[in-house]
Amino acid sequence: MIFPAALSQLTRAVAIVLCCALLPSTLHAEEEVVVYSARNEQLIKPLFDAYETASGVRVRFLTDKEGPLLARLKAEGVNTPADLLLTVDAGNLWQAARSGLLQPVDSTLLQERIPDHLRDPDNLWVGLSVRARTVVYNPDRVDPAELSTYAALADPQWRGRLCLRTSNKVYNQSLVAMLIAEQGEQEAERIVRGWVENLATPPFADDTAALKAVAAGQCDLTLVNTYYLGRLLKEDPALPLKIFWPNQGMEDSGVHVNISGGGITRHAKHPEAARRLLEWLASDEAQAAFAGENLEYPANPGVAVAPLVASWGEFRQSPLNVAFAGAHQAAAVKLMDRAGYR
Amino acid sequence: MTQAETLPIAAPREARPLWPRLAIGALAALVLLPLGVIFASFTDPQGAVWAHFGEFVLPRLLLNTLWLLLGVGLGTALLGVSLAWLTAACEFPGRRWLTWGLLLPLAVPGYVLGFVMIGLLDFTGPLQTTLRDLFGTAPEIPIRSRGGVIAVMALTLYPYVYLVARNAFQTQGRRALEAAQTLGFSRARGFFRVALPMARPWIAGGLALVLMETLADFGTVAVFNYDTFTTAIYRAWFGMFNLSAASQLASLLVVLVFSALALEQRSRRGQRFTPGGRADQGERIALGPVARWLATLWCGLVFAVAVAVPLAQLLAWAWQSRGDLDIRYLGFLHHSLILAGSGAVGVVMLGLLLAYSLRARPGRLASIAGRFSTLGYALPGTVLAVGFYLPMSAIDNGWIALGSRLGQTWEPLLGGTLVAMLLAYGVRFLAVGFHPIEAALHRVTTSMDEAARNLGSSGRDLLTRVHLPLLRGGIATAAVLVFVDIMKEMPITLMTRPFGWDTLAVRIFEMTSEGEWQRAALPAITLVVAGLIPVLLFMRGGEMERRDAA
Repeated sequence: MIFPAALSQLTRAVAIVLCCALLPSTLHAEEEVVVYSARNEQLIKPLFDAYETASGVRVRFLTDKEGPLLARLKAEGVNTPADLLLTVDAGNLWQAARSGLLQPVDSTLLQERIPDHLRDPDNLWVGLSVRARTVVYNPDRVDPAELSTYAALADPQWRGRLCLRTSNKVYNQSLVAMLIAEQGEQEAERIVRGWVENLATPPFADDTAALKAVAAGQCDLTLVNTYYLGRLLKEDPALPLKIFWPNQGMEDSGVHVNISGGGITRHAKHPEAARRLLEWLASDEAQAAFAGENLEYPANPGVAVAPLVASWGEFRQSPLNVAFAGAHQAAAVKLMDRAGYR
Repeated sequence: MTQAETLPIAAPREARPLWPRLAIGALAALVLLPLGVIFASFTDPQGAVWAHFGEFVLPRLLLNTLWLLLGVGLGTALLGVSLAWLTAACEFPGRRWLTWGLLLPLAVPGYVLGFVMIGLLDFTGPLQTTLRDLFGTAPEIPIRSRGGVIAVMALTLYPYVYLVARNAFQTQGRRALEAAQTLGFSRARGFFRVALPMARPWIAGGLALVLMETLADFGTVAVFNYDTFTTAIYRAWFGMFNLSAASQLASLLVVLVFSALALEQRSRRGQRFTPGGRADQGERIALGPVARWLATLWCGLVFAVAVAVPLAQLLAWAWQSRGDLDIRYLGFLHHSLILAGSGAVGVVMLGLLLAYSLRARPGRLASIAGRFSTLGYALPGTVLAVGFYLPMSAIDNGWIALGSRLGQTWEPLLGGTLVAMLLAYGVRFLAVGFHPIEAALHRVTTSMDEAARNLGSSGRDLLTRVHLPLLRGGIATAAVLVFVDIMKEMPITLMTRPFGWDTLAVRIFEMTSEGEWQRAALPAITLVVAGLIPVLLFMRGGEMERRDAA
């Protein structure tokens, strides 16, 4: 009598195991979305958690740098588990699109919510937050009336007064790429050479170090992404650091912006789920959190910024499509090499 | 040691066993895959990029790299050998705890020490700020400079030399040194003419690891914005989106390191390094009243700068971000320990296999293949990670395609598995597992094998009674180094980890990649403390070994 019972138990166990083995490829299919993210875990996980609660869809994600993520997508080819790629700059999205790693997303919602210049012209990727790279100065040593454009920072009046972050960082590569797009390679090179001549000290490894140097009086002004300033001011609101929005004149191009954004992978297993996640990330509800978590600007212009960020005032963005940051990035790197910008 | 029975120990030449060749071939093939990917980039010529790099980038970067190698090499040799000699052969106040305290920089990642040092000493740091507040002016401390990056790298990398050199000094016995003294050598001459040359394979092995790590480093030099050859590789890849040019640059590194290793080995040919007596016999050298305190000062100073200062700063920062500490840290710690532990066991086995294979089958081809399989350590981590990932994915894709041809849905064989991670660690860290063991194996001469055989010992018995006691230090050294290296490793972990397998190093990456260094202190200090576990075990093991010997 024991044997048949044991046998039936065994059969049941085998059946369960088989079911479990087969299930993931069938049932789970509609319930999850897989993300490769170059945006840090601490800046993205709160949103995924919120989305899981709101939609019931499971979000699985992996973080890494952009370069390895792109190489990984390419290597995995049709069998990649990734549905969505998130980066913290436009250049790498442009590169992913150019390498055929993304597929167009057809979404009127995204088109309504995100302005044209923050989206790929072919809808292969979309910006989700805006990162403004602007001038921060020490008000004890600089009269804001002296400031005007990125190009003017190359003037001799700033000799020995400028601090910069390394040209190895993609944010500076994008900035110079956009200068090339706006003013041509020759003029861009003249400007970058001027910056290098004006340096007070060799370039820093990160924006925060450059900001601290300005606050301490090692130099008078620098070019940084605004959220780094936000973080420092949150710790110590008394720091002598003020924001200036360059290129705001009628003839000028506006403040250089980059994006943190994403696109659906070419071989996504759950493209619909990925589209819905993208749309949700562009929604009013998510945008405030997406940008607010790191004191960035929402890409959706209808969404309010964090109070500290609002205190820096409004500015006009460069209307140039951020895709140019990718298209001219290699040229920008070479240009900076020639100009001796380390 | 289940292999003992099947492994003939140093078989006579005529026998020409097959297994060493197979083993060397398999190990070389494992490393050959990623290297092959890197060299395959030459099928996509990048003349314009090379012309640009040749004119504007490489001259300065090569010079920077050479200076760095020279400085870090000299620095680690000086620190490592002097500290090893003092703690292994001399007696001075505080020797006991400094002996293991001086190992602790192993667990401090170079970029962490670099960031801390810049934070403290640069214009905006507390030192210069205080001086300016007091006197209105302060002397510039050029910490963000060539000297600064060399000092920081030497201070974090010297334990590789210290550990192996100490092992050598401790086991070489005092008899040769005593003999030198009876011949009228002064103590100093005895050290330079006898002890140091006898420890050479050890020191060379440690230095080889240091120089390979220096070449491959990106994190530390990036903190100093000191551009090296590695910077050029990443600039081509991330900046110009040109992975082909980046791989071609990386292949230059491979050629360079391979030649250097071959040269070093050649220069050692024909020399023999047998122990001059039983390990650790004789008294420690009693230093004079001034010299003994100088020894304490020197060791204490290195400990203070390389360990105490960064740890204090990390603790202060970790306290500020203590809100980040949550239950997930148990998971991070767990993952780090599992990966480092199983990785250390695996890599040491591979190191043993390689060392024994080379011993059993000496010869030019075997030696070249053997050297070849340790090259993974000299490549920038991210480049190697991609080089590993490409063939791995190709295998997976082939597997899945085969499945679908058979009408089945097969999951990837390797991708997202721990097996893949461990294989990748093997490719990366085989050098670290191999060099200390190889150095120790120099001690076990073939005549010792023969003598043991004549006394009736063979197979497992020969291994456990003759080889293992002589190799124990080398094996433990290798295991500790690999363990700590895997704990600190980022690119391979990031690229090959299964979903959800975040480690402490991954946490550090998350925080530092957007410049949140203070918040990175919490995972960093956890990593350092966890990295201490094997170091402490190692020291305890060493103490016991000595008690056994006594």
